[in-house]
Amino acid sequence: MLNVKSLCSGYINTEILHDISFTARPGEITAIIGPNGCGKSTLLKTISGIIPASNGSVYYNEADILKLSQQERARIISYLTQNRQVPDITAGRLVLHGRFPYLSYPRRYRKEDYEAAKKAMEDMGITELSDKPLSRLSGGMQQQVYIAMALAQDTDIILFDEPTTYLDIRNQMTVLKYMRRLADSGKTVIMVIHDIGHALETADHVLLMKEGRIIADGNPLEVYESGAIGDVFGIGIEKIVSASGTHYICT
Amino acid sequence: MKHLQKNKNTEKSNNIVKVYIIAFLMLLISVIFGIFAGSVKISLGDIAAALFNGTTALGTNGVIIRFVRIPRVLAALICGAALSVSGAVIQGVLANKLASPSIIGVNAGAGLAVTLCAALGLAGGFRFSLFAFTGAFITVLIVSMLAKRFEASRSSVILIGVAMNSLLGAFTDSVRTFVPEVSIMSNDFRIGDFSSVTYVKLIPSAVIIILSLLILMTLSNDLDVLCLGDDTAKGLGLNVGAIKVLFLILAAALSGAAVSIAGLLSFVGLLVPHAVRRFSPGESRHLLPLSALFGGSFVTLCDTLARTAFSPYELPVGIIMAFLGAPFFVFILIKKKGGHNNA
Repeated sequence: MLNVKSLCSGYINTEILHDISFTARPGEITAIIGPNGCGKSTLLKTISGIIPASNGSVYYNEADILKLSQQERARIISYLTQNRQVPDITAGRLVLHGRFPYLSYPRRYRKEDYEAAKKAMEDMGITELSDKPLSRLSGGMQQQVYIAMALAQDTDIILFDEPTTYLDIRNQMTVLKYMRRLADSGKTVIMVIHDIGHALETADHVLLMKEGRIIADGNPLEVYESGAIGDVFGIGIEKIVSASGTHYICT
Repeated sequence: MKHLQKNKNTEKSNNIVKVYIIAFLMLLISVIFGIFAGSVKISLGDIAAALFNGTTALGTNGVIIRFVRIPRVLAALICGAALSVSGAVIQGVLANKLASPSIIGVNAGAGLAVTLCAALGLAGGFRFSLFAFTGAFITVLIVSMLAKRFEASRSSVILIGVAMNSLLGAFTDSVRTFVPEVSIMSNDFRIGDFSSVTYVKLIPSAVIIILSLLILMTLSNDLDVLCLGDDTAKGLGLNVGAIKVLFLILAAALSGAAVSIAGLLSFVGLLVPHAVRRFSPGESRHLLPLSALFGGSFVTLCDTLARTAFSPYELPVGIIMAFLGAPFFVFILIKKKGGHNNA
C-alpha cells in the first residue's frame, strides 16, 4: 500500500503540488487525469524522488520512501518518463540497465542481472529485439522495451508518465493491456494519462487533479458520477454501455 | 528461429571483435611508422639499443629514438586517446553529439590557463598540467551550468561553446599582447603540435591521462545510464548531479592534460567518437576504449605524416589532422544518412 500524505512540491519559488494525499493499492491501476499543467507529472516525479518534496511523506510498508537514497528508492519504485531521448544502445542493453539500482561501484552486471533482463524481455515478448538499436524501433516497440526495463528493475511500484502518448491506437491498447498485466501480478501501477476514456475504462482507481490539488478520488464510476471531470476540463462526458463493455466518450 | 537468433548473436560479437582487432593493428602500425619514419634511417638494432642500453652507450640513433621519437609517439598516442575519450564523455554528459572539447571551449580554457601560467613565470611540468586542468574544468563547468540553467537546446549549448571559445581566445590574445615574452602561444600551440615534447613535459600529463582513462573505463555503465536522460537515470537510482560533475572533472583532466602537451588540437575529440559509433554499438563499454585506441593511432599517424611528408619542413600536426579528418568526417556523416544497416 502506497500512502501519499500531505505532499507538496514544485520548482524554485513556485509550489506546484499543494497538500496531495491519496492511497494506491497493490494489484490496482491508479490513473491520474487532469488538464495540462495541473501537476500530474510533478506528482509522479516527487513520489519517485526525482524532484524533492517540500513537505509531506510517501509511506510504503511503514517506511517513508522519500527519506531513502535514490538508489534504495529505485529498488522499490520504477519510473518511466514521458519525454526521453533515444539513447544510442540496443534494446537488450536498455533492459539490462533496469538492473542498475542493484549494483554498486564498479557497476558490472552479474549473471543474475542478465537472466532477469532476459526474462523481462521474454515476458514482454520482445526477445527478438534484443540486438536491435533502440533508435531503429517504432514508438510502440520502444515503449515495450522501456516497460521490459521496468520489469527487470523488479520493483513493487511502477509509475508511468503518459505511457500511451505518441502511440497509434493499437499500440495504446497493447500498452494498457500490459499495465493490466502488471497490476494483476500484484504490482502497484500508477499512470498519468490524457485519454479520459482509457483512464476510466482501464483503471481501478482514478485521481482527478486540478491546479495542483486532487479534486476527485475514487473508482472510475464514482469519479464519473461526481461530475467533476466535465467541470475540470470544460467538456461533457457520457457513459455508454455496449456489448463490449462500459465506455466513456467526451462530447 | 532460435538457431537463427544464435547465429546473429555470434555474428554480432564477431563484428565487435573485428573492430578491436583493427583498432590494435592500427595502433601497432602507427607506433612502428612513428618510430621508423623520419630523415634518420634506423634499424631494429638501434631500437633495441635505445630501449635497453645505458644513456652513455647510446649512439646518435639511440638518442634520437629514445629522446625524440619515442616521447613524441607516446605523446601523440596519449593526447589522441585523451581528447577522443574526453569528446565521447562530454557528448554523453551534455546529451549532445555535436559537442567536443574544442567546440565547447574546453581546450581554449586550458589554453588560456597555460598562457597565464607562462605569463606569470610559473612554467613547468606539473604546474602546466594543473593550470590546464583548472582552465578546462572551469570552462566545462560554466558551459554545462549555463546549459542547465537556461535549459538550453542542443544547438544553444554549441552556441554557448562558440561564445566561450571567442571570449577565451580574446583573453589569451590580450595576455599575449601585454606579455609578449609568452612564446607558448605560438602558432604551433594554437594549431596543435608535438615538436617540442620532452619527457619532463610528457610524464605529469601522461599520469593524469592514464589514471583518468582507467577510472572512466570503470564508469561505462554509469555513463550509459546517464545517457538515458536525467529523469530516467534518477529513476534508476543514479546520483545524476554528482556523477555529471565527476564525468566533467575527468573529461577536463583529459583534455587539459592533452592541451598542456600538444596545444590546441581540435577536431579529434569530435571526429573519433563519431567514427567509432559508426562502426560499433554506441555503448560506452566499447565506445570509450575504442575511442582511445583509434584516437591515439589517428593522432600518431597524422603527426608522423606531419613531420615526414614535407621533410625537411615540419607541419604542425593540427594541419594534417584537419586535411585528413575533415573529408573523412563529412564522408561518415553522408554515409550515415544513406543506408546504414550494420550498426
